Amino acid sequence: MAGLAIAFGSGAMTNSIAEIEHNDVLLIIGSNTTEAHPVIGQKMKQAARRGAKLIVVDPRRIELVEHAYLWLPIRPGTNVALINGLMYVIITEGLVDKKFIEERTEGFENLWAVVQNYPPERVAGITGVPAEKIYAAARLYATTERAGIFYTLGITEHTSGTSNVMNLANLAMITGHVGKEFSGVNPLRGQNNVQGACDMGALPDVFPGYQKVANPEVRERFAAAWNCQLDATPGLRIPEMIDLAAGGYIRAMYIMGEDPALTDPDITHVRKALANLDFLVMQDLFISETAKFADVILPGASFLEKDGTFTSTERRVQRVRRALSPRGECRPDWQIICDLAARLGYPMHYDSPEQIFAEMASLTPSYAGMSYARLEGNGLQWPCPTPEHPGTKFLHAGRFPRGKGLLQGIEYQPPAELTDEEYPILLTTGRMLYHYGITTRHSPSLESYRPEELAEINPAQAAELGVRTGDRVTVVSRRGRLVTKVKVTDRVPPGIMFMTYHYKESPVNILTNAAFDPIAKTAEYKVTAVRLEPAS
Amino acid sequence: MQDLKEWRETLQQQSHRGDRPSLTVGMSTCGQAAGGAKVMAALEEEIARRGLQVDISQTSCIGMCYAEPIVEVALPGKPRVFYGDVTPERVPTLVEKHVLQGEPVREWALIQLSGEATPYEGIPVMPGSTYYGRQVRVVTSRLGLTNPESLEEYIATGGYEALEKVLGQMTPEQVIEEIKISGLRGRGGAGFPTGLKWSFTRQAPGDKKYVVCNADEGDPGAFMDRSVLEGDPFSVIEGMTIAAYAIGADEGYIYCRAEYPLAIKRLKMAIAAAGEKGLLGRDILGTGFNFDLHIKAGAGAFVCGEETALLASIEGRQGMPRVRPPFPAQQGLWGKPTNINNVETYANVPFIIKNGGQWFASMGTEKSKGTKVFCLTGKIKKTGLIEVPMGITLREIIFDIAGGIQDDKQFKAVQIGGPSGGCLPEDKLDLPVDYESLTAAGAIMGSGGMVVMDENTCMVDVARFFLNFTQAESCGKCTPCREGTKRMLEILTRICEGEGRMEDLDTLETLARVVKNTALCGLGQTCPNPILSTLQYFRHEYEAHIKDKRCPAHVCQALLVYTIDAGKCTGCGACARACPAGAISGEKKQPHRIDPALCIKCGSCMEKCKFGAISRL
Amino acid sequence: MADVTLTIDGKRITVPAGTTVLQAARDNGIFIPTLCHDPKLTPWGGCRLCVVEIEGMRGLPASCVTTVAEGMVVQTASPQVVEARKMMLELLLANHPRDCLTCSKSGACSLQDYAYYYGVRGDKFHGEKHDYPLEDDNPFIVRDMNKCILCGKCIRVCAEVQVNNVIDFAHRGFNTRVTPAMDLTLRESEECVFCGNCVQVCPVGALAEKASLWQGREWELTKVRTTCTFCGVGCNLEVSVKDDHVVRVRGYDNPLVNSGWLCVKGRFGADFAESPDRITRPLIRVGERGEGRFREATWDEALDYTARRLQEIKEQYGSRAIAALSSARCTNEENYLMQKFMRAVIGTNNVDHCART
Repeated sequence: MAGLAIAFGSGAMTNSIAEIEHNDVLLIIGSNTTEAHPVIGQKMKQAARRGAKLIVVDPRRIELVEHAYLWLPIRPGTNVALINGLMYVIITEGLVDKKFIEERTEGFENLWAVVQNYPPERVAGITGVPAEKIYAAARLYATTERAGIFYTLGITEHTSGTSNVMNLANLAMITGHVGKEFSGVNPLRGQNNVQGACDMGALPDVFPGYQKVANPEVRERFAAAWNCQLDATPGLRIPEMIDLAAGGYIRAMYIMGEDPALTDPDITHVRKALANLDFLVMQDLFISETAKFADVILPGASFLEKDGTFTSTERRVQRVRRALSPRGECRPDWQIICDLAARLGYPMHYDSPEQIFAEMASLTPSYAGMSYARLEGNGLQWPCPTPEHPGTKFLHAGRFPRGKGLLQGIEYQPPAELTDEEYPILLTTGRMLYHYGITTRHSPSLESYRPEELAEINPAQAAELGVRTGDRVTVVSRRGRLVTKVKVTDRVPPGIMFMTYHYKESPVNILTNAAFDPIAKTAEYKVTAVRLEPAS
Repeated sequence: MQDLKEWRETLQQQSHRGDRPSLTVGMSTCGQAAGGAKVMAALEEEIARRGLQVDISQTSCIGMCYAEPIVEVALPGKPRVFYGDVTPERVPTLVEKHVLQGEPVREWALIQLSGEATPYEGIPVMPGSTYYGRQVRVVTSRLGLTNPESLEEYIATGGYEALEKVLGQMTPEQVIEEIKISGLRGRGGAGFPTGLKWSFTRQAPGDKKYVVCNADEGDPGAFMDRSVLEGDPFSVIEGMTIAAYAIGADEGYIYCRAEYPLAIKRLKMAIAAAGEKGLLGRDILGTGFNFDLHIKAGAGAFVCGEETALLASIEGRQGMPRVRPPFPAQQGLWGKPTNINNVETYANVPFIIKNGGQWFASMGTEKSKGTKVFCLTGKIKKTGLIEVPMGITLREIIFDIAGGIQDDKQFKAVQIGGPSGGCLPEDKLDLPVDYESLTAAGAIMGSGGMVVMDENTCMVDVARFFLNFTQAESCGKCTPCREGTKRMLEILTRICEGEGRMEDLDTLETLARVVKNTALCGLGQTCPNPILSTLQYFRHEYEAHIKDKRCPAHVCQALLVYTIDAGKCTGCGACARACPAGAISGEKKQPHRIDPALCIKCGSCMEKCKFGAISRL
Repeated sequence: MADVTLTIDGKRITVPAGTTVLQAARDNGIFIPTLCHDPKLTPWGGCRLCVVEIEGMRGLPASCVTTVAEGMVVQTASPQVVEARKMMLELLLANHPRDCLTCSKSGACSLQDYAYYYGVRGDKFHGEKHDYPLEDDNPFIVRDMNKCILCGKCIRVCAEVQVNNVIDFAHRGFNTRVTPAMDLTLRESEECVFCGNCVQVCPVGALAEKASLWQGREWELTKVRTTCTFCGVGCNLEVSVKDDHVVRVRGYDNPLVNSGWLCVKGRFGADFAESPDRITRPLIRVGERGEGRFREATWDEALDYTARRLQEIKEQYGSRAIAALSSARCTNEENYLMQKFMRAVIGTNNVDHCART
């Protein structure tokens, strides 16, 4: 997100899901879409079936590769170099959109100063992608009118995450593939309401609608509306919270519906931090790994048991409607927060989520035109500033929020952790189709179908270890070890293995590296050096 | 192109039959099945034993399948004599008398082709014979007379003159115009005007176009296409090449069923030979015209003869028809405009181009021009392949050409058009054979299968037989065909087994009509024809099965009753000993009796009885 | 595109060229039954239930694959058409189990509805019926091929929507069957991703959600439209509920998002909400931190205790010693309140959530 915010001035999917079927080229990079976003994956495959060309950049032979026109099997952690290579071809072959660069961007010279050092022949050495594929992909993307970029965590979950995103923005801008229908830079957001949580200001530096807490005018407006004093200093990000909890500065935490003790990197460190708190209150559906450290657990309601709204990856705000009554004594999370606030001397009076939404919309310009009444039907995409505004299908037509788009040359930096003799295999992590976070482990049907991890390893590794599909192995990183069953498959190339993060029985984040992107504070989940041992 | 002309002249001058006697054996599928290979071996052995200087070669089916193996003996300057039913035992005599002594063995000779030579006495002369007199051989003109594997013989007999003319003097539009003038209609069954079809494909937008030859001949008892492919593969290839030029295609497929290995082998040889001589492939005859031809072997599903199913099969998908429009002329193979004709249609093309559309149109009737190849099978004397002008009557075909019914039994019906055709009774024998007349009578032209039935044929059983076939071959896509054929077959089976009820006939008739009106493809729309036509012309047979529990033709086993005539029975006991079911009892020297409850109607007793005392009712 | 005027059942109708006769009729309120037709899938023309009579055309063309032409005269309910449709239904029923009494599809079954509409009892033919074993070796979908009417919608949805091509027709004629390659089950095929979109388009009871069997009849269900919780796509759901229990989940047709299609999680994963693992009362820790031992408490006790501890820590260490993780799983309203709570009530900007993308 941070990368797009720097380049464009706003970080969100620029285009809409419904546009995918009209795309002629889809550059899919670091996204196993058919498993992580299956219904968008469907649309990509439908586009391919209709004749659109898919360029898939992924170290693994994911399902989309079967539908791809070009597959660029990239070494994890080398995206910046690859994108520089693509831009090298586009610039040297004169395939840039000169008019767009001139009118809509700044910094092209700066970009070229870096990119000129990345001819495909050199990039091939860094990324493992053959030079001719880099040429072909660059030409195809640059010369197709309706060409869109789609990415997810394979791009952002790196120490170079922000650089990766900024470089994709560079690529889109020099070819003029942004600010219009059917082209753009599209982060497919992983969680159902991660877009909404950001929009709502569940971030340490912004109020709802990305209004800076450091801005006195903004602060004044919120202080007036909320009738309180407001802190001018931006707060802490998750890794900082964890570190400061471990260091004894953070004394109490209130965690609603997250499980950092399973899903954050290097969970040994996370668990140490949680154990060090004076007080931890959890609000959740299940006793998660994190909840085991809690002093109080407050039972929340599932999405089926409450009303509200989610904002999807394409900025579409849609209604969530209550279908079941809350189980047992469970209560919708908004009611719990209200009750707690009242006990802390700040009564919050809301009869319904609709009232909360109305208050939020009155303070959030991009949501200002929305109301529950307007969300009936098929939802609205922000920005939607006035009650008459139809919502926004694609972003950045005519101008970027920051004015001109920022082109910035970015040098390739190797990932924080590299393989060596002791840890010769590169572990990369991600989602799989049948599970989502941890809740699906409690779904009887999904859980019975995929009850345990099946770490993907290449037949070469399997032969070395003497294991077959279904056998157990021990995976060891510089931070920890675990035992998991394996699936022997050529979906992963030799030297690379893949695990998901869904299983507490084989918690992959015991292995991962808590090295963070300096700007977005996203961890390098995608690159961990490990070795395999026979399970003892 | 000049080269081709010169080559042809050279070939024609050094007539392929030289100064030595030649022996030619019919080695098409029918010839081989009848023992042609053994005869060939015997001939080779005999010639070698005697140390004679004689050429031995093979040819294709001349049409007289009933007389295979056929051997042609030709002496220099003498008529070519065709012997039928040749066995290895007859070979020494044949060689001794005809080859060495120059005297044909008249009692074995079928026919002679005299050309400029003086005919032998006492052997029917082709084409003046009764068998050939009514025939007009166009697409079958080389069959049995030339070596189908020889491009030289094809060219020497006028082959590739048409392509030469087309590429040298005609525009694609002129070619299509010539085909339109000829009045040629699709020989695969539906009879769509070929020229019109070509013009649709030509006019369809698109750079890439295909021509496809439908050689998925699937009707039981039909072998027209096989005979032409085995006997004159070059004519089909030349016809397709001309079609490709006319519609603007550069690639073609012959979809041939895998059950025709010899046809596929000869096609492959022919394609290779034509390619080698610049008659196929890149830059044909130096004109810049390209045409690549492939063979696709089909797995034998009857429905793949339906053009959209055929295209699906070539594309590697399941052979299921799809709805038209769009027609293949608009969206065919891989979505490209595609012209599909069958073997006989393409084989006609070189002759039409060579002799002119007017020549072709001068044959046949007003709406059905030219000739048609038929396969005669069933209870006729001369089964085989014939080619006749359109408009000839059924009576002429069955009685004049094919010699009438075997054992001079009573004619009952002729089934035309394969399993989707109809059964026509005696009073339709004077019907002219053309598309419209046949359809009006409840049959169809089909691809040219003609099955003749005699008095011993049960028409209900015939309908059941064909429904059994179409039911098994239904692709399963549309409800009426998939479920309807199943239920029609069940009703027919019930009737044949004596379990029928009169209301079954109404149900059957309604169901057959609905299936005909609603099925998706030609297979489904025509599969009720055997039922509808037999119900129309032979309803009394159905009623006899239902009301009287009797099969008038004594075919339906469940309805047969074997009885012993006490007056004729001598009480010898042979029948009782032969009966596997122990159903016959009686004292020695006393008339025996058959217990109908035990009788399994196998007929063994009747065969064993020397006194004709047992009869079947 | 130019308009075309035609007559259907005596009514003059003008529609855009290229429209099918079926569409033209339906757009004008004229009833034509279909089993294999779905406007979101390529036309198939297989069930032949939609046949109509068109002047000048041979036989009875299928209206779903016949495009309108200027001056066309169409009859959708002539005696010939009705006879054909009844016959088609008789044929389908002749090879269909008679277990409508307990069939999960009863009340939403197209075959049942049309048989009722045309008064077809399915007693015209008495012959062979299929007797295939039930396929229920996976936790999501039950396949009863005895009920399959071979409309092919599942095949098309798998090929055209999910683009997985797991199933197709196999065998011929009466023995035609929908199956993965080599007659394997969906599970054995290892190709099926259990998106269940085939179940959603099945017009009869051949495909059913396993977990919904015996849970509620069609007419007992309350349907609620909501948004899926399993990823950021925002697929619209139609949740069917009976007695405060989710009977099944299907895609709701929001043409801008999922057009009614779903994935395995969205369709089958909602059962997590009714898991016995759910915490249903507030809990207070009794064991060591991290041990995971708790006792149940009342809401008042839990909230009072929490408020007291937060207040104490705030007073002792300051607002900034408290931090909150909000949730990308919760609603906008809840996230808004959480950050408001931290900023306005606790007095710190220490609020973040796991926003990895």
